[in-house]
Amino acid sequence: MAHAHAHAAEHGSVKSYLVGFALSVILTAIPFGMVMSGAFTRQAATLGIVVFAVAQILVHLKYFLHLHLRTPQGKLNTFSFIFTAMVIVLLVALSIWIITSADVLMMRMVE
Amino acid sequence: MTSYATPAHGHDGHAHHDSGEQKVLGFWFYLMTDCILFATAFASYAVLFRNTAGGVSGKDIFELPYVLVETAALLLSSITYGFAMIAGQQGRRTDVLAWLAVTFLFGAAFIGLELNEFHHLIVEGNGPGASAFLSAFFGLVGLHGLHVTAGLLWMAVMMFEVIKTGLTGRALTRLNCLSLFWHFLDIVWICVFTVVYLKGVL
Repeated sequence: MAHAHAHAAEHGSVKSYLVGFALSVILTAIPFGMVMSGAFTRQAATLGIVVFAVAQILVHLKYFLHLHLRTPQGKLNTFSFIFTAMVIVLLVALSIWIITSADVLMMRMVE
Repeated sequence: MTSYATPAHGHDGHAHHDSGEQKVLGFWFYLMTDCILFATAFASYAVLFRNTAGGVSGKDIFELPYVLVETAALLLSSITYGFAMIAGQQGRRTDVLAWLAVTFLFGAAFIGLELNEFHHLIVEGNGPGASAFLSAFFGLVGLHGLHVTAGLLWMAVMMFEVIKTGLTGRALTRLNCLSLFWHFLDIVWICVFTVVYLKGVL
């Protein structure tokens, strides 16, 4: 019984899916509202949509993908995700850095 | 490998549990590499989106209400897949099939909307060949769409398997992998609507 219970907790319940869904709806509605209303400056809106996207990704990871640190298996899943997230940040951020630097150094001379 | 015959409720079958968990873990590692594939597509988009070759930019072609409907379809499909998984753990076969069918319809609606958007762009001369921005846009959004299409195919196969063989341990392990795949695609879509559509309109 205890095992079955732990299993259910690992895979989520109707309630946890509904909580995740409600949070996702809110975290989607706010950034769309921010951009569609046009009430925010470009910088504020950009910061806003990034923050809400990160928040919603964390909600999905917890409530839909059930990442957790309670068991060795959960830890393995979570840490492999964190490692991948780090690779992604390096890959995307450094690509943008390199290409925009190249752009600034080369294209500006043409103008 | 007798474990494959273990029915859904027989969670005390430890051999089944371990081999299933290993497969799910292996699938998770595949998804992590898929993340990196998407990261390269996002990086290309990020460095190319300003290069519109005198053509349209994101501001001209993106319609946020339309994207909001696509987002809703995908998010709804995520929660209905969750309900299919819960039904699966409780061994409710008919409910699994019903929720999978609902998930499939939402996923198909998403793909339909996306194809319609692509069709309009291409008809208006804004196809992937028109500029570096549009190449990167079609590449990134199309890559996500191809993944969703693959997920739909897989879902159809799983429905067939559950109908033919019932909720075996093998079917549940596979449904578990598809669950990770499906929810993962929703996460990628969060990045797509934020980086491509919302940022494009700003």
